[in-house]
Amino acid sequence: MSKARIMSGNEAVVEGALVAGVRFFGGYPITPSSEIAEVLSRLLPQVGGKFIQMEDELSSVGAIVGASLAGIKSMTATSGPGFSLMQENMGLAFMAEVPCVIVDVQRGGPSTGLPTKVSQSDVMQVRWGRHGDQNVIALVPSSVRESFDLIIDCVNLAEEYRMPVVLLLDEVISHMREKVILPEKDEIKVIERKKPPKGQEKYFPYEITEDAIPPMANFGEGYRYHVTGLTHDETGFPTSDPEKINQVMRRLYQKIEKHKEEIIKVEEKYTEDAEIAIFAYGSVARSAYSAVKEAREKGIKVGLMRPIILWPFPYKKVSDLANKVKRIIVPEMNMGQIIAEVKKVSFGKVKVEGVNRIDGELITPSEIMAKIEEVS
Amino acid sequence: MKEKYELRLSGAGGQGLMLAGLILAEAAGVYDGKNVVQTQSYGPEARGGASKSEVVISEGEIDYPKVVNPDILLALTQEACDKYYPELKEGGTLIVDSFYVKKLPPYKKVVSVPITSIAEKEVGRKVVANIVALGVITEFTGVVSREAIKEAVLSRVPKGTEKMNEKALEVGFRIGRESR
Repeated sequence: MSKARIMSGNEAVVEGALVAGVRFFGGYPITPSSEIAEVLSRLLPQVGGKFIQMEDELSSVGAIVGASLAGIKSMTATSGPGFSLMQENMGLAFMAEVPCVIVDVQRGGPSTGLPTKVSQSDVMQVRWGRHGDQNVIALVPSSVRESFDLIIDCVNLAEEYRMPVVLLLDEVISHMREKVILPEKDEIKVIERKKPPKGQEKYFPYEITEDAIPPMANFGEGYRYHVTGLTHDETGFPTSDPEKINQVMRRLYQKIEKHKEEIIKVEEKYTEDAEIAIFAYGSVARSAYSAVKEAREKGIKVGLMRPIILWPFPYKKVSDLANKVKRIIVPEMNMGQIIAEVKKVSFGKVKVEGVNRIDGELITPSEIMAKIEEVS
Repeated sequence: MKEKYELRLSGAGGQGLMLAGLILAEAAGVYDGKNVVQTQSYGPEARGGASKSEVVISEGEIDYPKVVNPDILLALTQEACDKYYPELKEGGTLIVDSFYVKKLPPYKKVVSVPITSIAEKEVGRKVVANIVALGVITEFTGVVSREAIKEAVLSRVPKGTEKMNEKALEVGFRIGRESR
C-alpha cells in the first residue's frame, strides 16, 4: 500500500472507504462522482461487500439506512442534483440516528447545472437542506490524500455519533489526480459503533445517555426496536408528550454541541503575525495558499485559515482570528455562502470581503492576490 | 530540468487526452519521482466538444493544480490551438497535429507534424495518436524520461495492445528527435 501512486480524489475516497470498513454502497451514478460508484462496484464484492445501483437517489439513501440498521457500514455518493433528492431520507437518518456516509461531489447548479464543472455551492444545503432542526457534520478535503483520510474520518464520525456524515468534495478535488503515498492499514484508526451489552432485559435505542449518544443494536442480533421518522421517545415509538419531545430533540442537538471541540478541525498557515487572513476550503484553499506565499514574498503579511471540517463551523476560531487581523477575505465558488458564517462572528471587529466565481472554473491565485493587494 | 513544468494537452473529446494526461502524470510521479498533479476539463459529451488535460510537474509542492501558462502545449485541433496558443509561456513549446491544425500561429518553437496520419500509416491505428504525441513530447522536451513514459504507457493501456502502443511511442520518439 505504501508505494507512490497517481490517484484521483474519487479513487482515494473508494480506497479510504474500504479501509474504514464500508461494506455496502447503494447509489445512482452521477458526474462528477461516478468513479466512486464505478470502482466500488468492482471492489466491494471482492471484500465480501455489496453494491447496488438503485433506481434513484431517494432509494439510495433508503438502502444505506437499511443496511446500516443491520450493522453494515454504508455509504453512497452523488452530486448536487442527486444530493437534493437525498435530503428526505437523510432527514430520516438524522431522526432515527442511523450512521451512514454521503459523498457529495459538488458541481455547478441549480438543477442539473454544470455536470463536469467545479462549484462549492452546496455548502449551505449540507447545513440546512432538510426540514427540521439538526446539527450536521461535513468534511471538506483539499487534496487527494486528504480525500482518503477524511472519508475514513466520515465513517468513524458516523459510527461514533450515530448519524449521517457528509464528505463534501468539489469537482476539482474529485477528478484531480495527484501523487499519493497511502498509510499502512495498521496506522489507521477505525471506529465501530457503540452497542448495548448482550442479554439486557430491556433495550432503549434512544435513551438519554451522558454523552448524548445511545448505544445502537444491530437488527438481527437479538434486540428489536421501532425505527421511525416521527419524533419518538427512548423506546423508538412516536410520542406527543412535550417533555419527551424536548428531551429527544435536545439530545439530538447536544450530540454535536457537546462534542464540537473534539470534532472541529482547521489548518492554519502563517496566521500568527497575519494582518490579512484568508478563509478558504476545498480546492480554493490551494489557490489561497499559493496567493499567501506570493503575498509573503512581496512583504504583505497574509495568513490562511482552512476548515478541514466545515460543519460544525469553527466559529470560535474565526472569532479569535477576527480579533487579531485587519481584514478577512473569503474566496469561494458560489455567490457568498460561507462568508455569512465568517461575518456572524467578525461583525463589528473586522471587514470581511468575498472573492466569488460561479462560471465553473477554479478561482486562481492571481484573483485572490488581486484582492489582497486591493485591501492591503 | 527546471523546478516546475506546466503542460496542457488539448483537442476534442475522444482523442485520448485524458489517458495521455494520466500516463504523463504517472511517468513523472511514479517513475521519475517528481511531484505531479493532473486535472482535466471536458464537456458532458462522450465524443467531440472541447477537451483538455493538464499536468503540473514540480520538484516542490503543487498548490494551485491548474495550468496558467503552459511550458508545453499540445493542440490536436485547430480550435484548441487558436484558443490556447495565446497562453503559451514565452519560449514554451507548441506541438500541433498538422492533420487537424492547418493554420499555425506566427511562432518559432513549434513542432508541426501530422500525428494522426502517421499513427494510422506507421502503427495501423488512428487511436494511438495520443501515444505518438506522448513520444513526441518526451523526446522533444525531456519533461519526463523515456524509460518513465514507456513504463507508464505499458502499465495503463489495455491488455493485448502493449505492442501497438510501444510502437506508437517509438514512432513518437523518432518524430521528436527529427523535429529538434
